[in-house]
Amino acid sequence: MMRAFISVVKRDVALAVQVGGGGGMAVFFFLVAVSLLPLGIGPNLNLLAKIAPGLLWVALLLSSLLTLDRLFQADFEDGTLDALLMGHLPLELTVSAKIIAHWLTTGLPLVIAAPFLGLLLNLGSAHFLPLVGAMLVGTPALSLLGAIGAALTVSVRRGGLLASLLVIPFYIPVLIFGVAAAGSDVSIPGAQHQALMLLGAVTLVSLVLGPVAAAAALRANLRS
Amino acid sequence: MSELTFTQRFHAYANPTRFMALSGKLVVPLGIITAVLIGAGLYFALLDSPVDYQQGETVRIMYVHVPSAWLGLFAYMVMAGASLVALVFRHPLADVCAKSAAPLGAAFTFLALVTGSLWGRPMWGTWWVWDARLTSMLILLFLYLGYIALWATIEEPVRAARAAAVLALVGSINVPIVHYSVVWWNTLHQPASVFRIGGPEIATSMLIPLMLMAVGFTFFFVTLLLIRMRVEILRRRVRALRLATAEV
Repeated sequence: MMRAFISVVKRDVALAVQVGGGGGMAVFFFLVAVSLLPLGIGPNLNLLAKIAPGLLWVALLLSSLLTLDRLFQADFEDGTLDALLMGHLPLELTVSAKIIAHWLTTGLPLVIAAPFLGLLLNLGSAHFLPLVGAMLVGTPALSLLGAIGAALTVSVRRGGLLASLLVIPFYIPVLIFGVAAAGSDVSIPGAQHQALMLLGAVTLVSLVLGPVAAAAALRANLRS
Repeated sequence: MSELTFTQRFHAYANPTRFMALSGKLVVPLGIITAVLIGAGLYFALLDSPVDYQQGETVRIMYVHVPSAWLGLFAYMVMAGASLVALVFRHPLADVCAKSAAPLGAAFTFLALVTGSLWGRPMWGTWWVWDARLTSMLILLFLYLGYIALWATIEEPVRAARAAAVLALVGSINVPIVHYSVVWWNTLHQPASVFRIGGPEIATSMLIPLMLMAVGFTFFFVTLLLIRMRVEILRRRVRALRLATAEV
């Protein structure tokens, strides 16, 4: 079973890299979104420094939302998902493998890009390491929870916007704790550490909830 | 019918025709009870209850705002419970119940947010604040709207029912978050005064109109829910008939 799991991960990573678009375009969108915000708000560097953690997290969320329909739609349309459903691996583990591949090819590149984009927003030097740490803890939750929305709308043509709408309420705790864990508010001692712990809790819960709910949603879409 | 056990009756009313017969008889009596309760509640709320020593007459918005918020949460619990029954027990009417409850819950949540905003401006000086209670109620509204959108987008009813049931169950984690938000965080919204350990700490002269309005709103919700379920069953019958004639 472990071999089957790893082979699904490798297949999805290979597809994402070869077909292209997923990770690279998400980082590109991240860059564009982060560039739009100062153009809208004004170039005041002090103001940008204050809101940089929040802006980076929101842009990360939006970039992540755009990549969700790559998770299941292609495999649903050409019948691969039916084959995987009948296969040796339980659907929950197949979904987990796909989510791991999605995070490796989308979430991780976004996290790597984030500190460089932080330079564009004059992010304070003390915030870089906490921000990357918080994003490393939080982006798996984004992939896991996003899989639920992707699975629910897999049978809907052009359902990307609906998937984003369904997933945003679940992303909000990740956003709130992620920004606090990046150290945006230093007035309360220990708040940053507490937020990081809570962010980790959200990721751990989504580690169970995401694949189970996504598998249930896929079964609902595949069988009817 | 009365010699059947509860489980047998549960399965008996899975038959849509029996449900239509029973609900048809219930709607008018429930509507009358609703009118009486809300009428009495409004009388006590607007005319026969005390003013607040700080807020004066403006406190009377509470008698609409609080029951709306309670019903918004209650409707989600009905929706989540029906979704669980639909997924686990495959009860045929459970997904009809969940689909019918969603717009009602969304309307109550929206009403709670709007009345709260109108109350907040004169009393607390702001139309909105991003504290835990208001934010989690806003997320509840988003969950309702997403659920309604999912039903509207997936065309095949059985597939839509199962997908929507999964969504409702995943989102049900927000219900305890809304309730305990004033306990876990320091909010502008006041802490719980009625549903708390130690009993209600609100004056009886205010509690009675509040409870009358709350029970009245609940009967209102149940009446509308039955009406919406009946309409949904009829809608499905029309769809089935259309498909049957199309095949011919």
